[in-house]
Amino acid sequence: MEFNSALPIYLQVVTAIKREIVIGAIGLGEKLPSGRDLAIRYTINPNTASRVYKELESEGICFTRRGLGTFVSEDPELISRMKAEMAQELLQQFIDGMSRLGITRAEAAEMIRREE
Amino acid sequence: MLESREVTKNYLRKTAVNHVSLQLEPGKIYAILGPNGSGKTTWMKMAAGLVKPSSGEILYNGKPVGVESKKDIAYMSTEPYFYNWMTVKDVGAYYQDFFEDFSMEEYHRLLQRMELTEDLKTKALSTGMMAKLKIAVTMARKAKVYLLDEPLNGIDLMARDEIMRSILESAGSDVTLMLSSHLVDELEKIVSTAIFMKHGNLVTVCDAEELRMQQGKSIVDLYREIYGHGGEQS
Repeated sequence: MEFNSALPIYLQVVTAIKREIVIGAIGLGEKLPSGRDLAIRYTINPNTASRVYKELESEGICFTRRGLGTFVSEDPELISRMKAEMAQELLQQFIDGMSRLGITRAEAAEMIRREE
Repeated sequence: MLESREVTKNYLRKTAVNHVSLQLEPGKIYAILGPNGSGKTTWMKMAAGLVKPSSGEILYNGKPVGVESKKDIAYMSTEPYFYNWMTVKDVGAYYQDFFEDFSMEEYHRLLQRMELTEDLKTKALSTGMMAKLKIAVTMARKAKVYLLDEPLNGIDLMARDEIMRSILESAGSDVTLMLSSHLVDELEKIVSTAIFMKHGNLVTVCDAEELRMQQGKSIVDLYREIYGHGGEQS
């Protein structure tokens, strides 16, 4: 995975995992790799990997079963919630980018419509 | 824990390391960074117990480094240190004789991963193969501290991934890892703390994720600020 090295790496991995859950590459209730394996998979620092899980847990996306590992939440509403949040974030970035160019929301909306 | 207290190393005409104080804790991966000649190698050799400081001291768990600490501290130097006549197999046997924590099983696993065979003669190895062999034999030790001098130097992209993976497999909450490099971006993702050296002096020590979070900067950005370039020169 390509990282932006000026942004916290744990957040970039968090986003990558969320995306995998949203597209179904990782299923609800599925066991996630150990922190160590996660570090190796993404070639990141093991402390960063545990921070990834801490963040996912605090957002209610995954939970830890003592001695068994980390699992994705089984809540069926999780995916739609995450999808909405990620979409909102992308939308905000888009709107901010457009407004920096002096393009209004209405104009941007019109551009999207014409794009189809 | 490895602690450097006011360590200085003078050679005849120059000071290689100048009053360097720092602490390396278990569970972390450190990058010691700086252009060639900044004192990285000299510091690592002193921590490995191979070179004596001119003044100051390096302590491992409270005692000066020496014969005892060598049992726990695995050091990989930049220069090749095998005899010409050795095969890859001999290198393993040589390490097994020297280090109690050396695992032949782990060595074989790493050799396979690195696509090296035991019958190869060390003198016939390419630069990249030699680098892989050095990593395999060093990481086959179950050490508490690994000091790796330029582990990625002269290595192609694919081999880099293998080396990074092997290094990360040895990381753990009771293990201290230190990697030196003048190719900063290679280490950006895996390092917890960066130590910057310049002309033998310790410039700064910083936490990588803190730097990204609080200042929105990468280690490479900071490297450029300190040295005025990206560190591509060799």
